[in-house]
Amino acid sequence: MSNNESPQKTTGLHVGKAEPGCKKNDPMLVIDNVKKSFGGLTAVDVEHLEIPKNAITALIGPNGAGKTTLFNLLTGFDNPDTGTWSFLGNSLSGVPSFKVAQMGQVRTFQLTKALSLLTVLDNMKLGAKDQAGENIFRSLFPGFWKKQDQEIEVKALELLKRFKLDAKKSDFAASLSGGQRKLLEMARALMTDPVLVMLDEPMAGVNPALTQSLLEHVLDLKKDGMTVLFVEHDMHMVRHIADWVVVMAEGKVVAEGPPDTVMKEQAVIDAYLGAHQDTDLGVVTGRIDTINEEKSK
Amino acid sequence: MTRVVDVKDLTAGYLPGVNILNSANLYADKGELIGIIGPNGAGKSTLLKAIFGLVKVREGSIDLNGESIVGMKPNQLVAKGVGFIPQNNNVFPSLTIEENLQMGVFQEPENYDERLEFVVSIFEELGKRLKQRAGSLSGGERQMVAMGRALMMNPDVLLLDEPSAGLSPVRQDEAFLRVSEINKAGVTCIMVEQNARRCLQIADRAYVLDQGTDAVTGTGRELLNDPQVIGLYLGTLGT
Amino acid sequence: MDWGTIFNNTLAGLLTPTTIAFALAALGLAMHFGFAGLLNFGIAGFMAIGAYGYAISVLTFGFPWWAGMLMGILGSIGFAILLGVPTLRLRGDYLAIATIAAAEIARLLFLTTAFTDVTGSADGLFGYNKSGGFTAANPFPPGSYGFGPWTYNSETLWVLTFGLAVLAICVWFLWALMRSPWGRVIKGIREDEDAIRALGKNVFAYKLQALIIGGVFGGMGGIIYAAFANVSPGVYVTSITFFIWTSLLLGGAATIFGPVIGAVIFWTLQAFLSNILPELALNGILPVDGTQAATLRFVLVGIGLMLLVVYRPQGIFGDKREMTFVK
Repeated sequence: MSNNESPQKTTGLHVGKAEPGCKKNDPMLVIDNVKKSFGGLTAVDVEHLEIPKNAITALIGPNGAGKTTLFNLLTGFDNPDTGTWSFLGNSLSGVPSFKVAQMGQVRTFQLTKALSLLTVLDNMKLGAKDQAGENIFRSLFPGFWKKQDQEIEVKALELLKRFKLDAKKSDFAASLSGGQRKLLEMARALMTDPVLVMLDEPMAGVNPALTQSLLEHVLDLKKDGMTVLFVEHDMHMVRHIADWVVVMAEGKVVAEGPPDTVMKEQAVIDAYLGAHQDTDLGVVTGRIDTINEEKSK
Repeated sequence: MTRVVDVKDLTAGYLPGVNILNSANLYADKGELIGIIGPNGAGKSTLLKAIFGLVKVREGSIDLNGESIVGMKPNQLVAKGVGFIPQNNNVFPSLTIEENLQMGVFQEPENYDERLEFVVSIFEELGKRLKQRAGSLSGGERQMVAMGRALMMNPDVLLLDEPSAGLSPVRQDEAFLRVSEINKAGVTCIMVEQNARRCLQIADRAYVLDQGTDAVTGTGRELLNDPQVIGLYLGTLGT
Repeated sequence: MDWGTIFNNTLAGLLTPTTIAFALAALGLAMHFGFAGLLNFGIAGFMAIGAYGYAISVLTFGFPWWAGMLMGILGSIGFAILLGVPTLRLRGDYLAIATIAAAEIARLLFLTTAFTDVTGSADGLFGYNKSGGFTAANPFPPGSYGFGPWTYNSETLWVLTFGLAVLAICVWFLWALMRSPWGRVIKGIREDEDAIRALGKNVFAYKLQALIIGGVFGGMGGIIYAAFANVSPGVYVTSITFFIWTSLLLGGAATIFGPVIGAVIFWTLQAFLSNILPELALNGILPVDGTQAATLRFVLVGIGLMLLVVYRPQGIFGDKREMTFVK
């Protein structure tokens, strides 16, 4: 059963001191001087940031810190005012979002985009790359794409089984619960065979018990050789699976490092974590009289 | 002693023929802080909305201080002392904080000054920024305005739909502490929450809703330490 | 009340070249709106381009009829590209506004006396079937064909057969496309463009392709209508666009046969109303005179369209779930 042992963390990711903008041994994403303002308000102002390969990096920070904006910039869903960034050595500035996805980056969205009016299986099949049948001329004649479509279906069913959604393959995605849609979005993202998976608040609105299985899936991504960058508010999740943590506030990177050290920094606690991170609010509010209390398990 | 809120065998839903709630039960005594937790799709928000008259009741009863309120419209319930804080879109972004609070006391504008004093005493920050546009506030600040607005009518019962949703850890803690404060001031609170652990830490009693019905109930502490609840609903990560 | 004539004329409306022309236009709109989610309120423009492309190529440039029709199709493609390139990157409502404007611009260009040598301006164009050789290409010998209300001379039969053949090809085309992976991407785009972009698909290219295909169907509708009647700017007014929308929604926007059936029902209904309303007026049942009664049918179309959108947006064949789940 769940014995709650901590997963193997990847160490030795950084070069030199663990501070904002520090270099990484094997960076997958390198960001330089990226700035984005929305009518006078600076949303993002990152001097230098490197995301390590084959590790799980968490991007945390208060609301309005620029995390989702940074995500949108990196994946081509928005354009920065200035700055460059490269993915595996290739410059991504000015590259539209669909091309970025073709290069091996895939992202999920804060509000799940499970395509409700399509079946679960069709949702999955859409994820596959280089489909001959998607070309308008070849689509007319099944001879060009039938075989490939069958291969894609096999792959899709395998992934659906892994995420325990195979029983729902012919159902409309709209009939899935919120948690199941999150799983579908993650499974669909994997159909693109990505090297970098960017998850925008994957645990938002997910019941704590389902969180665990989602976390296992994220850890599996690392095992399969992928790199993960995720935005989250759930500190337990971050502590549990992140190898590296980047803290943003007011558009800038204010701290970087392994989760244990970063989350003890006073500035981070003040701005983001709060002083009661590990205390029982029942004690803080005076609702409990007992001083000695067992934290659950 | 009459229960302030008494829900019995409640069945309700949105689409015809599909019930989200299936014989759900819940009650709150005066001054209690009740928590509602449970998996996605269990019907937590639906239960709250049904109490507030936003979802049609198909079967069952809802009593407010012994009087049936099934079929009553939300504005009637506000007049009876029930306040509701929705999860999303809970402030008027084009209005200032002051105007938002004024909207809160719409039915009884003569009480504005008195109520404003009370609300500002709980939310000092709001008092300092009354002229600021609500649309320019962060998520946590909007949460404060929404709560303040609901309190303007001096409700006896406050219904909260996931007050900590989408907030950073420090703001979440603040939200929970605020709800606890409001409850200590005498307001009976019923809150739906996704952050089950925090919710149970401050709740007097709580219900675990699963598949539209109340699966487990007990005091906040009992549920926090119940291995079955932990395994099924809380997860073991919070250690 | 001459029920016999009313009945006869109504049934005749089931199968006329006009019905086929509108079925083709509705099919084009099904591609645009039903499947790709593009709000096109200028389908009349595509019909006009198709029709004038055919007629002008034959009359002014001396093309044979089949080359003229091809030019009409090419014109539709060009019109779609012209429309799509600037507007497809913007929100759907902008495409809607742009299409209304584009269709009106096209109509006015055909109406203006500045180009009267080529377009015939308000008088329109005629005689192209003969000069282009379409009439000559008729395989049916002169005579009367059919039975009862569906009696045609050989010329009408030729247009009818030709039109049905074109319709069949277009229906097959749409069906083949929508059941393929390309169709899957289009349906995904209709629902959420960003999700599709995040999966690596070039959304703009797909939308443009859908706009072109639907535009070609619309253009073919215009060509069939031209082959049967004449080409005049007075036909391609905005009300035609709304007739086509009604046909589409009536049948079911996101289905293959819906637009065809919808067009048939629509025109049969129109035939019925244009016969019965004047009769009712003449017999004193309706408190209006004969000419007013005939125009009353347009009012009824408008009311019908509103009721359709409110109470049964999925039409006859559409899937209710497609309309229920959408916010």
